[in-house]
Amino acid sequence: MKPSFLALFNRVGAWVLLLFLVLPALVAIPVSLTPKRFLSMPKGEFSLRHFENLFTSPEWLSSFGQSAIIALSTSALATVLGTLCAIGLWRVTSKYSELVRAFLLLPLIIPQIVSAMAFYRLWIPLGLLDSYPGLILAHTILATPMVLITVSASLANFDPKLEQASRNLGASSSTTMRRVILPSIRPGVFAGALFAFILSWDEIVVTLFISKFNVYTLPRRMWNGIRENTDPTVAAAAVILIVITIVAFAASAILSRRRAQIENSIDT
Amino acid sequence: MTNVLRKYVSPGWLLVAPFLALVVLLYLGPILNILWLSVTEPQPGLQNFEKLVTSDTIARIIWTTVRICVVTTAFSVMLGYCIAYAMVHAHQKQQHLMLTLLLVSFWISILVRTFSWLMLLGRNGLVNNGLEAIGVIAEPIAFMRNELGVLIGMVHYMVPYAVLPMLVNMQTLDTRVMSASRNLGASGQQTFFRIYLPMTKPGVVAAALLVFILSLGFYVTPAVLGGGKVLMVAEYISVQLLVTLKWGTAAMLASLMLFGVLAMLYLMSKFMKLSTVFGGSTS
Repeated sequence: MKPSFLALFNRVGAWVLLLFLVLPALVAIPVSLTPKRFLSMPKGEFSLRHFENLFTSPEWLSSFGQSAIIALSTSALATVLGTLCAIGLWRVTSKYSELVRAFLLLPLIIPQIVSAMAFYRLWIPLGLLDSYPGLILAHTILATPMVLITVSASLANFDPKLEQASRNLGASSSTTMRRVILPSIRPGVFAGALFAFILSWDEIVVTLFISKFNVYTLPRRMWNGIRENTDPTVAAAAVILIVITIVAFAASAILSRRRAQIENSIDT
Repeated sequence: MTNVLRKYVSPGWLLVAPFLALVVLLYLGPILNILWLSVTEPQPGLQNFEKLVTSDTIARIIWTTVRICVVTTAFSVMLGYCIAYAMVHAHQKQQHLMLTLLLVSFWISILVRTFSWLMLLGRNGLVNNGLEAIGVIAEPIAFMRNELGVLIGMVHYMVPYAVLPMLVNMQTLDTRVMSASRNLGASGQQTFFRIYLPMTKPGVVAAALLVFILSLGFYVTPAVLGGGKVLMVAEYISVQLLVTLKWGTAAMLASLMLFGVLAMLYLMSKFMKLSTVFGGSTS
């Protein structure tokens, strides 16, 4: 079938749109290289001073560190909770399991401003405001549904007969879990961990409500920089975040390729 | 006792329990508390909800929010449809590259994107300077601190969310129906409008509802690109809580938002399995 003029037009349009989605973010790169002290496009001269500031100023470094601690803890907690939960829901065959699954996905879809309000309200009496445990718990609740989704997707491709075989051959349920189920859903678990990390690393709305002085994450520092709209260090931070996104994306692409390979090897 | 439990309760629930408990205690609990606050703070009654009809400010903010969400949804779904359609019909290698671009934009930090639009759309931003340099405009266009800027930022953020459910839907269509239509003598256009478009309706509806839900509570982009001139519900809630400390009004608005979202989720579940909508980004 010869592609019609409209189809061709659509294809070109789609490419333009995709570039429109990606390219604007890259404007942070030239802005981060300006030699000036204020936000501007560099004119012929480039300087790395804002990157230098980013990596030497105690405030930015501490925000990097805090965000890393919070995102790593969140990712670890969410991965454990989400994986257990996904396996549990996969195992139970009950009319309630789909309902529970839908309920557990709510933190992902309820507007963040409402979640922020809920955490803020409860964290005050619990004394969790402006603390690491407070942020990690809140982020874990928001990020675990992500792990639940990716692990469930992996489990959907897992043949339950393998589990039955393992049980029939005399393995206990914990051995079956460790030696049979977990290895086959590993790519899904890793992908979930990665998404949980990114979600926490990038989260700003809930963070704005439940952190203040003690905990000052990278998004929070960037948010202030953006609102005050003066210091090009924000642009340098934005460039670093873009780089991290691309690295994380490449990692997840490799993971999904490996997942595909495992599936192929099972099929053949 | 444990044996009785085991007989009636599948052991799988034990694995679900930790996260379920966490969500019920630390998430559902305070959300119910907010619903409660909306009718009890500062005193019991519906006076917070009365503000919807008595306060011009609140009525205006809600109207602004709904208007921006509707326009954002319309644009995101239209643009997303073009992308999804082209992706499904592209060769595999191209499809791969398109998906990569889409997912990379999906994962770029919202703060980075908002910052970039700030640099691009300002009075002396790249877009205005560029347009002036090529002589299209004589005066800088005001892209920011108005609804136009908020819309650009929001549509840019929402397009990937619109594409994913439609892509999942289009991939599952039976292409033989379209070939049949062509063989029976329908033109390409007829086939598209009378066969393809109706068949992709579930994807379109799911995408529209998803984008609408996400736009409704959107905070970052309106707060920055609106520059205080475009007040949407989310920003107003945060001002009520953090500046003027009016929990009642904020709780009322949050409750409205929550009910709106739940109603739309219910609608969406009629068209598509909810987990596929979110799972689309990972498969």
